[in-house]
Amino acid sequence: MAEQVNYAELKKGGFMKQKQKGYGSLRLQVVGGNLTAENIKTISEVAEKYGRGYVHMTSRQGVEIPFIHVDQLAEVKEALAKGGVKTGVCGPRVRTVTACQGSEVCPSGCIDTYTLAKELDERYFGRELPHKFKFGVTGCQNNCLKAEENDVGIKGGMEVAYKEDACIGCGVCIKACRQGALSMVDGKVVLDESKCNKCARCVKSCPTDAWEGTPGYIVSFGGTFGNFISKGEELLPIVKDKDTLFRVTDAAIEYFAENANPSERFRKTLERLGIEGLKEKVTDAYNGQ
Amino acid sequence: MTEIDIPYDELVDITDKVCPLTFVKAKVAIEELDDGEILAVRMNDGEPVQNVPRSFKEDGHKIIKLYDNEDGTYTLLVRKVEG
Repeated sequence: MAEQVNYAELKKGGFMKQKQKGYGSLRLQVVGGNLTAENIKTISEVAEKYGRGYVHMTSRQGVEIPFIHVDQLAEVKEALAKGGVKTGVCGPRVRTVTACQGSEVCPSGCIDTYTLAKELDERYFGRELPHKFKFGVTGCQNNCLKAEENDVGIKGGMEVAYKEDACIGCGVCIKACRQGALSMVDGKVVLDESKCNKCARCVKSCPTDAWEGTPGYIVSFGGTFGNFISKGEELLPIVKDKDTLFRVTDAAIEYFAENANPSERFRKTLERLGIEGLKEKVTDAYNGQ
Repeated sequence: MTEIDIPYDELVDITDKVCPLTFVKAKVAIEELDDGEILAVRMNDGEPVQNVPRSFKEDGHKIIKLYDNEDGTYTLLVRKVEG
Protein backbone atom coordinates (compact mmCIF):
# COMPACT_ATOMS: atom_id res chain seq x y z
CA MET A 1 0.00 0.00 0.00
CA ALA A 2 1.24 3.50 -0.85
CA GLU A 3 2.60 5.68 1.92
CA GLN A 4 0.09 8.21 3.27
CA VAL A 5 0.93 11.71 2.05
CA ASN A 6 0.69 14.44 4.68
CA TYR A 7 -0.56 17.34 2.57
CA ALA A 8 -0.86 19.75 5.51
CA GLU A 9 2.84 19.34 6.19
CA LEU A 10 3.62 19.74 2.49
CA LYS A 11 1.48 22.89 2.30
CA LYS A 12 3.60 24.37 5.05
CA GLY A 13 6.54 23.91 2.69
CA GLY A 14 4.69 25.61 -0.16
CA PHE A 15 3.41 22.50 -1.91
CA MET A 16 -0.24 22.97 -2.81
CA LYS A 17 -2.24 19.88 -3.71
CA GLN A 18 -3.68 19.94 -7.21
CA LYS A 19 -6.83 18.37 -8.60
CA GLN A 20 -4.58 15.91 -10.42
CA LYS A 21 -3.78 13.08 -8.04
CA GLY A 22 -0.20 13.07 -6.77
CA TYR A 23 0.59 16.50 -8.20
CA GLY A 24 1.02 19.82 -6.53
CA SER A 25 1.92 23.40 -7.38
CA LEU A 26 5.18 24.28 -5.67
CA ARG A 27 5.34 27.81 -4.32
CA LEU A 28 8.77 29.45 -4.29
CA GLN A 29 10.08 32.05 -1.90
CA VAL A 30 10.23 35.48 -3.48
CA VAL A 31 11.11 38.52 -1.40
CA GLY A 32 10.02 41.97 -2.51
CA GLY A 33 9.22 40.71 -5.99
CA ASN A 34 12.85 40.20 -7.03
CA LEU A 35 14.52 37.09 -8.41
CA THR A 36 18.06 36.93 -9.75
CA ALA A 37 18.75 35.83 -13.32
CA GLU A 38 20.32 32.68 -11.84
CA ASN A 39 17.14 32.00 -9.83
CA ILE A 40 15.04 32.34 -12.96
CA LYS A 41 17.27 30.00 -14.98
CA THR A 42 17.05 27.38 -12.25
CA ILE A 43 13.28 27.74 -11.98
CA SER A 44 13.02 27.42 -15.76
CA GLU A 45 15.11 24.22 -15.76
CA VAL A 46 13.07 22.71 -12.93
CA ALA A 47 9.77 23.59 -14.61
CA GLU A 48 11.00 21.96 -17.83
CA LYS A 49 12.34 18.85 -16.17
CA TYR A 50 9.84 18.19 -13.38
CA GLY A 51 6.78 20.31 -14.21
CA ARG A 52 4.96 21.06 -17.43
CA GLY A 53 7.34 23.71 -18.69
CA TYR A 54 5.62 26.76 -17.25
CA VAL A 55 5.28 28.75 -14.05
CA HIS A 56 2.33 30.53 -12.50
CA MET A 57 2.74 34.08 -11.16
CA THR A 58 0.66 34.57 -8.03
CA SER A 59 -1.18 37.75 -7.10
CA ARG A 60 1.41 38.52 -4.43
CA GLN A 61 4.63 38.43 -6.47
CA GLY A 62 5.08 34.73 -5.90
CA VAL A 63 6.10 32.13 -8.43
CA GLU A 64 4.71 28.60 -8.42
CA ILE A 65 5.75 25.61 -10.47
CA PRO A 66 2.60 23.55 -11.14
CA PHE A 67 2.53 19.81 -11.85
CA ILE A 68 5.30 18.73 -9.53
CA HIS A 69 4.79 15.11 -8.52
CA VAL A 70 4.95 14.50 -4.80
CA ASP A 71 7.39 11.62 -5.30
CA GLN A 72 9.89 14.01 -6.90
CA LEU A 73 9.45 16.84 -4.39
CA ALA A 74 12.69 16.21 -2.49
CA GLU A 75 14.65 16.04 -5.74
CA VAL A 76 12.99 19.22 -6.99
CA LYS A 77 13.81 21.11 -3.80
CA GLU A 78 17.43 20.03 -4.10
CA ALA A 79 17.61 21.17 -7.73
CA LEU A 80 16.11 24.54 -6.77
CA ALA A 81 18.45 24.98 -3.82
CA LYS A 82 21.46 24.65 -6.17
CA GLY A 83 20.28 27.80 -7.94
CA GLY A 84 19.61 29.64 -4.67
CA VAL A 85 15.85 29.14 -4.86
CA LYS A 86 13.96 28.32 -1.69
CA THR A 87 10.41 27.12 -1.42
CA GLY A 88 7.68 29.38 -0.10
CA VAL A 89 5.00 28.80 2.50
CA CYS A 90 1.26 28.49 2.63
CA GLY A 91 -1.15 28.06 5.55
CA PRO A 92 -1.33 29.85 8.92
CA ARG A 93 1.97 31.69 8.99
CA VAL A 94 3.75 34.82 7.75
CA ARG A 95 3.65 34.82 3.97
CA THR A 96 5.66 36.37 1.18
CA VAL A 97 6.69 39.94 1.93
CA THR A 98 5.81 41.96 -1.14
CA ALA A 99 7.37 45.23 -2.27
CA CYS A 100 7.44 47.69 -5.13
CA GLN A 101 10.84 48.76 -6.49
CA GLY A 102 11.08 51.67 -4.05
CA SER A 103 13.43 54.62 -3.78
CA GLU A 104 16.51 52.80 -5.04
CA VAL A 105 14.94 52.51 -8.49
CA CYS A 106 11.71 54.49 -8.75
CA PRO A 107 11.74 58.32 -8.94
CA SER A 108 8.54 58.42 -6.87
CA GLY A 109 9.84 56.21 -4.05
CA CYS A 110 10.23 57.67 -0.55
CA ILE A 111 11.72 54.57 1.15
CA ASP A 112 14.00 51.67 0.23
CA THR A 113 11.27 49.05 0.04
CA TYR A 114 13.42 46.12 -1.07
CA THR A 115 15.84 46.34 1.85
CA LEU A 116 12.89 46.66 4.21
CA ALA A 117 11.12 43.68 2.62
CA LYS A 118 14.25 41.56 3.10
CA GLU A 119 14.50 42.65 6.73
CA LEU A 120 10.84 41.87 7.38
CA ASP A 121 11.28 38.53 5.64
CA GLU A 122 14.27 37.64 7.81
CA ARG A 123 12.40 38.72 10.91
CA TYR A 124 9.06 37.04 10.32
CA PHE A 125 8.86 34.80 7.24
CA GLY A 126 7.18 31.46 7.96
CA ARG A 127 6.40 32.32 11.57
CA GLU A 128 3.48 30.19 12.81
CA LEU A 129 0.36 32.18 13.69
CA PRO A 130 -3.38 31.55 14.13
CA HIS A 131 -3.95 32.37 10.44
CA LYS A 132 -2.09 33.66 7.41
CA PHE A 133 -0.36 36.99 7.91
CA LYS A 134 0.76 39.27 5.09
CA PHE A 135 3.19 42.16 4.90
CA GLY A 136 3.33 44.51 1.94
CA VAL A 137 5.72 47.42 1.43
CA THR A 138 5.05 50.24 -1.00
CA GLY A 139 7.35 53.18 -1.64
CA CYS A 140 4.91 56.07 -1.85
CA GLN A 141 1.29 57.19 -1.97
CA ASN A 142 0.98 55.91 -5.55
CA ASN A 143 0.60 52.63 -3.67
CA CYS A 144 1.61 50.28 -6.50
CA LEU A 145 1.97 47.53 -3.89
CA LYS A 146 -1.48 48.13 -2.33
CA ALA A 147 -0.27 48.45 1.28
CA GLU A 148 -3.72 48.52 2.89
CA GLU A 149 -4.75 45.11 1.58
CA ASN A 150 -2.16 43.50 3.85
CA ASP A 151 -2.45 42.51 7.51
CA VAL A 152 0.38 44.99 8.03
CA GLY A 153 1.00 47.45 5.23
CA ILE A 154 3.94 49.83 5.11
CA LYS A 155 3.92 52.84 2.84
CA GLY A 156 6.70 55.34 2.27
CA GLY A 157 5.98 59.00 2.86
CA MET A 158 7.77 62.16 3.88
CA GLU A 159 7.29 64.83 6.47
CA VAL A 160 7.95 68.05 4.65
CA ALA A 161 9.40 71.37 5.76
CA TYR A 162 9.39 74.59 3.75
CA LYS A 163 12.61 76.54 3.34
CA GLU A 164 11.40 79.96 2.40
CA ASP A 165 14.86 81.28 1.50
CA ALA A 166 15.32 78.65 -1.21
CA CYS A 167 11.85 79.18 -2.74
CA ILE A 168 11.69 81.09 -6.03
CA GLY A 169 7.88 81.19 -5.97
CA CYS A 170 7.59 79.25 -9.24
CA GLY A 171 4.33 77.59 -8.16
CA VAL A 172 5.22 74.11 -9.42
CA CYS A 173 4.67 72.42 -6.02
CA ILE A 174 1.19 73.90 -5.68
CA LYS A 175 0.14 72.16 -8.87
CA ALA A 176 2.10 68.98 -8.07
CA CYS A 177 0.20 68.57 -4.78
CA ARG A 178 -2.87 66.43 -5.30
CA GLN A 179 -4.33 67.17 -1.88
CA GLY A 180 -4.79 70.91 -2.37
CA ALA A 181 -2.61 71.41 0.71
CA LEU A 182 -0.47 74.19 -0.74
CA SER A 183 -1.29 77.76 -1.65
CA MET A 184 0.66 80.87 -2.65
CA VAL A 185 0.45 83.79 -0.26
CA ASP A 186 2.51 86.89 -1.11
CA GLY A 187 4.88 84.93 -3.31
CA LYS A 188 5.50 82.28 -0.65
CA VAL A 189 4.00 78.84 -0.29
CA VAL A 190 1.78 77.99 2.68
CA LEU A 191 1.17 74.38 3.76
CA ASP A 192 -2.11 73.27 5.28
CA GLU A 193 -0.86 70.39 7.45
CA SER A 194 -4.38 69.01 7.88
CA LYS A 195 -4.59 68.26 4.15
CA CYS A 196 -1.05 66.92 3.68
CA ASN A 197 -0.89 63.15 3.06
CA LYS A 198 2.93 63.07 3.12
CA CYS A 199 3.17 62.01 -0.53
CA ALA A 200 6.26 64.22 -1.04
CA ARG A 201 5.23 65.33 -4.51
CA CYS A 202 6.24 68.87 -3.46
CA VAL A 203 9.71 67.61 -2.52
CA LYS A 204 10.06 65.66 -5.75
CA SER A 205 8.90 68.50 -7.99
CA CYS A 206 10.59 71.53 -6.39
CA PRO A 207 13.30 72.88 -8.72
CA THR A 208 15.27 74.52 -5.89
CA ASP A 209 14.82 71.93 -3.14
CA ALA A 210 12.86 74.41 -1.07
CA TRP A 211 10.85 71.49 0.30
CA GLU A 212 12.89 69.32 2.62
CA GLY A 213 11.50 65.83 3.06
CA THR A 214 12.22 63.44 5.90
CA PRO A 215 11.27 59.90 4.86
CA GLY A 216 9.11 57.75 7.09
CA TYR A 217 6.79 54.77 7.23
CA ILE A 218 3.00 55.00 7.17
CA VAL A 219 1.74 51.77 8.72
CA SER A 220 -1.71 50.23 8.27
CA PHE A 221 -3.22 47.32 10.18
CA GLY A 222 -5.84 44.69 9.48
CA GLY A 223 -6.17 44.78 5.72
CA THR A 224 -7.55 41.77 3.87
CA PHE A 225 -8.59 41.25 0.28
CA GLY A 226 -9.94 37.73 -0.09
CA ASN A 227 -13.31 36.25 0.84
CA PHE A 228 -13.82 39.32 2.90
CA ILE A 229 -12.51 42.74 1.89
CA SER A 230 -11.37 45.38 4.31
CA LYS A 231 -8.88 48.21 4.12
CA GLY A 232 -6.06 48.36 6.66
CA GLU A 233 -6.27 51.25 9.11
CA GLU A 234 -3.60 53.77 10.02
CA LEU A 235 -3.39 53.97 13.80
CA LEU A 236 -0.16 55.93 14.24
CA PRO A 237 1.61 59.07 13.06
CA ILE A 238 4.26 58.49 10.38
CA VAL A 239 7.09 56.36 11.81
CA LYS A 240 10.47 58.03 11.37
CA ASP A 241 12.99 55.28 11.98
CA LYS A 242 13.36 51.55 11.47
CA ASP A 243 13.85 50.62 15.14
CA THR A 244 10.48 52.14 15.92
CA LEU A 245 8.97 50.50 12.86
CA PHE A 246 10.12 47.05 13.97
CA ARG A 247 8.86 47.67 17.51
CA VAL A 248 5.49 48.49 15.96
CA THR A 249 5.42 45.46 13.64
CA ASP A 250 6.55 43.22 16.52
CA ALA A 251 3.72 44.60 18.66
CA ALA A 252 1.14 44.00 15.92
CA ILE A 253 2.22 40.43 15.27
CA GLU A 254 2.40 39.65 19.01
CA TYR A 255 -1.07 41.07 19.48
CA PHE A 256 -2.35 38.80 16.71
CA ALA A 257 -0.52 35.75 18.11
CA GLU A 258 -1.90 36.34 21.60
CA ASN A 259 -5.47 37.36 20.76
CA ALA A 260 -6.62 35.68 17.57
CA ASN A 261 -8.69 32.52 17.63
CA PRO A 262 -7.38 29.70 15.45
CA SER A 263 -8.19 30.34 11.78
CA GLU A 264 -9.17 33.94 12.43
CA ARG A 265 -7.71 36.67 10.25
CA PHE A 266 -6.26 39.79 11.88
CA ARG A 267 -9.18 41.93 10.72
CA LYS A 268 -11.70 39.55 12.27
CA THR A 269 -9.81 39.63 15.56
CA LEU A 270 -9.89 43.42 15.48
CA GLU A 271 -13.62 43.39 14.74
CA ARG A 272 -14.30 40.96 17.57
CA LEU A 273 -12.21 42.78 20.18
CA GLY A 274 -12.40 46.33 18.87
CA ILE A 275 -9.39 48.14 17.50
CA GLU A 276 -8.54 50.01 20.72
CA GLY A 277 -6.49 47.17 22.22
CA LEU A 278 -4.21 47.00 19.20
CA LYS A 279 -4.04 50.76 19.01
CA GLU A 280 -2.82 50.92 22.58
CA LYS A 281 -0.18 48.24 21.91
CA VAL A 282 1.22 49.83 18.79
CA THR A 283 1.10 53.30 20.30
CA ASP A 284 3.19 52.07 23.23
CA ALA A 285 5.62 50.51 20.74
CA TYR A 286 5.69 53.75 18.77
CA ASN A 287 6.53 55.63 21.97
CA GLY A 288 9.41 53.32 22.68
CA GLN A 289 7.79 51.10 25.28
CA MET B 1 -3.64 86.22 -15.68
CA THR B 2 0.06 86.71 -15.07
CA GLU B 3 1.93 87.95 -18.07
CA ILE B 4 5.06 86.01 -18.98
CA ASP B 5 7.72 88.49 -17.89
CA ILE B 6 10.83 86.46 -18.69
CA PRO B 7 12.12 86.20 -22.27
CA TYR B 8 12.28 82.69 -23.73
CA ASP B 9 13.89 81.15 -26.80
CA GLU B 10 11.23 78.69 -27.94
CA LEU B 11 7.59 77.92 -27.21
CA VAL B 12 6.03 74.48 -27.41
CA ASP B 13 2.33 73.81 -26.95
CA ILE B 14 1.57 70.38 -25.52
CA THR B 15 -2.10 70.98 -24.79
CA ASP B 16 -2.97 68.83 -27.84
CA LYS B 17 -1.26 65.75 -26.35
CA VAL B 18 -2.15 63.25 -23.64
CA CYS B 19 0.19 61.54 -21.21
CA PRO B 20 2.83 60.28 -21.91
CA LEU B 21 3.07 62.17 -25.23
CA THR B 22 2.86 65.49 -23.37
CA PHE B 23 6.34 65.01 -21.97
CA VAL B 24 7.63 63.36 -25.15
CA LYS B 25 6.75 66.46 -27.16
CA ALA B 26 8.22 68.74 -24.49
CA LYS B 27 11.37 66.62 -24.27
CA VAL B 28 11.91 66.71 -28.03
CA ALA B 29 11.49 70.49 -27.94
CA ILE B 30 14.11 71.02 -25.23
CA GLU B 31 16.54 68.74 -27.03
CA GLU B 32 16.47 71.18 -29.97
CA LEU B 33 17.74 73.99 -27.73
CA ASP B 34 21.29 74.90 -26.75
CA ASP B 35 22.55 74.72 -23.19
CA GLY B 36 21.19 77.62 -21.13
CA GLU B 37 18.36 78.52 -23.51
CA ILE B 38 14.84 78.82 -22.15
CA LEU B 39 11.86 76.80 -23.33
CA ALA B 40 8.28 77.85 -22.68
CA VAL B 41 5.86 74.93 -22.48
CA ARG B 42 2.12 75.52 -22.60
CA MET B 43 0.28 72.64 -20.94
CA ASN B 44 -3.13 71.70 -19.61
CA ASP B 45 -4.18 71.77 -15.99
CA GLY B 46 -4.38 68.37 -14.24
CA GLU B 47 -1.88 65.60 -14.91
CA PRO B 48 0.38 67.57 -17.29
CA VAL B 49 1.01 70.42 -14.86
CA GLN B 50 1.36 67.95 -11.98
CA ASN B 51 3.95 65.85 -13.75
CA VAL B 52 5.73 67.64 -16.60
CA PRO B 53 7.68 70.12 -14.41
CA ARG B 54 8.90 67.26 -12.25
CA SER B 55 9.95 65.23 -15.29
CA PHE B 56 12.08 68.18 -16.49
CA LYS B 57 13.66 68.38 -13.05
CA GLU B 58 14.41 64.64 -13.08
CA ASP B 59 16.12 65.12 -16.46
CA GLY B 60 18.36 67.75 -14.85
CA HIS B 61 16.85 70.90 -16.36
CA LYS B 62 16.18 74.05 -14.37
CA ILE B 63 12.59 75.11 -13.75
CA ILE B 64 12.26 78.89 -13.67
CA LYS B 65 8.58 79.68 -13.31
CA LEU B 66 5.06 78.41 -13.82
CA TYR B 67 2.42 80.84 -15.10
CA ASP B 68 -1.30 80.34 -14.73
CA ASN B 69 -2.84 81.43 -18.03
CA GLU B 70 -6.27 81.32 -16.37
CA ASP B 71 -7.77 79.51 -19.35
CA GLY B 72 -7.20 76.01 -17.99
CA THR B 73 -3.60 76.05 -19.20
CA TYR B 74 -0.24 76.83 -17.65
CA THR B 75 3.05 77.94 -19.16
CA LEU B 76 6.24 76.57 -17.69
CA LEU B 77 9.59 78.22 -18.29
CA VAL B 78 12.50 75.83 -18.12
CA ARG B 79 16.18 76.43 -18.74
CA LYS B 80 18.02 73.73 -20.64
CA VAL B 81 20.87 72.11 -18.73
CA GLU B 82 23.02 69.97 -21.00
CA GLY B 83 23.29 66.56 -19.33
